[in-house]
Amino acid sequence: MVYLTRVEHFNAAHKLYNPGWSKEKNDEVFGECANENWHGHNYDLFVTIKGEANGDTGFLFDVKKLSVIIKDHVLEKVDHKNLNLDVDFMKGKMCSSENLAVGIWDQLERHLPSHVQLHCVKLCETPRIYVEYFGKNGG
Amino acid sequence: MSERVSVFRKEHFNAAHRLYNAAWDDAANEKVFGKCALPNYHGHNYEMEVKITGEPDKETGYVIDLKSLSELIRREVVEKFDHKNLNLDTKEFRELNPTAENIVIVIYKLLRPHIDNKFDLQVRLYETPRNFVEYPVS
Repeated sequence: MVYLTRVEHFNAAHKLYNPGWSKEKNDEVFGECANENWHGHNYDLFVTIKGEANGDTGFLFDVKKLSVIIKDHVLEKVDHKNLNLDVDFMKGKMCSSENLAVGIWDQLERHLPSHVQLHCVKLCETPRIYVEYFGKNGG
Repeated sequence: MSERVSVFRKEHFNAAHRLYNAAWDDAANEKVFGKCALPNYHGHNYEMEVKITGEPDKETGYVIDLKSLSELIRREVVEKFDHKNLNLDTKEFRELNPTAENIVIVIYKLLRPHIDNKFDLQVRLYETPRNFVEYPVS
């Protein structure tokens, strides 16, 4: 088994705000992240796939094709966007990094060929904060 | 003999913005600023490097106390911009397009009055790990 990671990045605005709560409760739980006019981040995205290297190519999967899948199905939707307002796969969800990583996993998994398994979506919100998602069955 | 030394403090803030010239129509803004002009904003982790140059004090050995420099940057810059929308939430960018170039000049002007004139001040601002600006030019 070999693991292969492609690193991409995008810039986006968001806020953490639960519309079912009062403004006071949002401020209490989410602090400055609840600012009504948004704030933003430079996100770094690490997508790791796993499988066996092909005998003819030596590749697990053509990493250029992996990059195109990430660009078409994730970056096009999120880069320079407002995650709360503009992103179809985040509609109705809290825009935390945790939920965003799960949403990105779901966008990618269906577009990978059957011999390639998605292993991990690692999403860095800042240089000091990141989340990792290993799918429904965990890491 | 002059023994000038530069000391640096890094700080950071996260903010939303968009690039938009209100004197132009949407088509012109989109042509010039591309996806940076999108109406619902996007955002960055801004990283600042504040550089102070001067002679170390004979008694302390410090050019400037970096803890006090950190507190100054936080008070004058980070508290104004962190977790804010630069276009909507700050008076500095209500009329001024929040490009990295304009932001670095604003940061310099916020800090300069609080730093002794015997020191040189220079600010570098990273909008992303790959795009950064510096002011004033040395």
